[in-house]
Amino acid sequence: MDINKFIAHFAEQFDDTPMDAFQADTKFREIEEWDSLSALSVIAMIDEEYEIQITGADLRSVSTIKELCDLVASKK
Amino acid sequence: MAMIKFDGVGISAIAACVPKDKIINLEATEYFPPDSVAAVVDKIGVFERRQADASTCASDLAVAAAEKLFADNSINPDDVDALIFVSQTPDYRMPATAFPIQHRLGISKKVIAFDVNLGCSGFLHGLYLAYSLLQNEAIENVLLLNGETRTKVYSKKDRRVAFLFGDAASATLVNKSGNYGLSYFSIGSDGENSHMVMIPGGGYRNPSSVETLKERVVDENGNIRTDEQGYMMGEDVLGLFMRVMPKDIKSLIEFSGMDKDIIDFFVIHEGSKYLSSFIKKRLKLPEEKTPSILSKFGNTSSVSIPLNIVSELRGKLEGNKELLMTVLGVGMTWASAIIQADNLNVSELVEL
Repeated sequence: MDINKFIAHFAEQFDDTPMDAFQADTKFREIEEWDSLSALSVIAMIDEEYEIQITGADLRSVSTIKELCDLVASKK
Repeated sequence: MAMIKFDGVGISAIAACVPKDKIINLEATEYFPPDSVAAVVDKIGVFERRQADASTCASDLAVAAAEKLFADNSINPDDVDALIFVSQTPDYRMPATAFPIQHRLGISKKVIAFDVNLGCSGFLHGLYLAYSLLQNEAIENVLLLNGETRTKVYSKKDRRVAFLFGDAASATLVNKSGNYGLSYFSIGSDGENSHMVMIPGGGYRNPSSVETLKERVVDENGNIRTDEQGYMMGEDVLGLFMRVMPKDIKSLIEFSGMDKDIIDFFVIHEGSKYLSSFIKKRLKLPEEKTPSILSKFGNTSSVSIPLNIVSELRGKLEGNKELLMTVLGVGMTWASAIIQADNLNVSELVEL
């Protein structure tokens, strides 16, 4: 699974954060714009782009964008 | 029990009531700054919702809906053989609210009346119960009432839920007629995930105390609530919805033997824009077949499906129409149903 495409899809869920703030090793919960509803947007994006349904527990188990990408890849 | 079929039972008339008072979400900036509120509103898709005042309960809204239903359809209260009140915002913990309602509506004492403690899924479960009661020849007419004052349940300081819910009630007359044809239901129950939507304190597991009424910061975003206010693990609910609902709806359509294209309207419980957009996209549902009330009434729990019908489908249900209704909600539990509306009489929306 292409990590750069994943980072791009992830970044699309945010309006105010510059693109370069999103790297593979970015701890997404530390992004200033991340809020309680960001998780829902990301879950919806993963379903739409990758046809994978992750759980709340799945999301809580990872910290970086790369870890999330790997988790999604492991479910394919 | 996965899929159920009924024959010759259905809905003959429907009415709904909402409080007059509106909350305009973008103006509700008491606890959160305007740009933060605007971001939430945009994501959840709720711009306005109705709020019952301090002296108005779900039962009051339900009685108003029922009185409208009776007046518009020349229903005599004596005709009602069974009364079901679905709510998680009852007047009292005891007795069931169905009894004061029975008395206020002048319904006979020779009926069966009870409350059903279910949330969002409560209209479809209520219909299932009404249809089941009607299998007995002694029961001809069931009055199904759904009522909620959810604006009183959730903390205004919890950004995840403060802007989502609205108050409403509905009254539905369920009876027998060959014209209804076959109805199909699919119902699922999932206690493994009960923790996803809860009011943790105030029951008997965690009785009310000074502690349960204390406001606490509950997450790293600074959201505040007490143990006697509801919470929702939004991402978990969305995940469950995505895993369960498309399959549930597709299986039901298959069970019915119908073609998806002959369904006239898909009345989806709109828990938030995340849930409704997902299912519309996943099932490729055309816009004109998916009425929506989320932006003006918010999430009204079990009333959302009947309120949607009253608000958006009045005048569009002449003759025979196939309706598919679907919901996932607190329990967790989910239901989908395909029913045939036969000249369903839809009352004008009541505002109290």
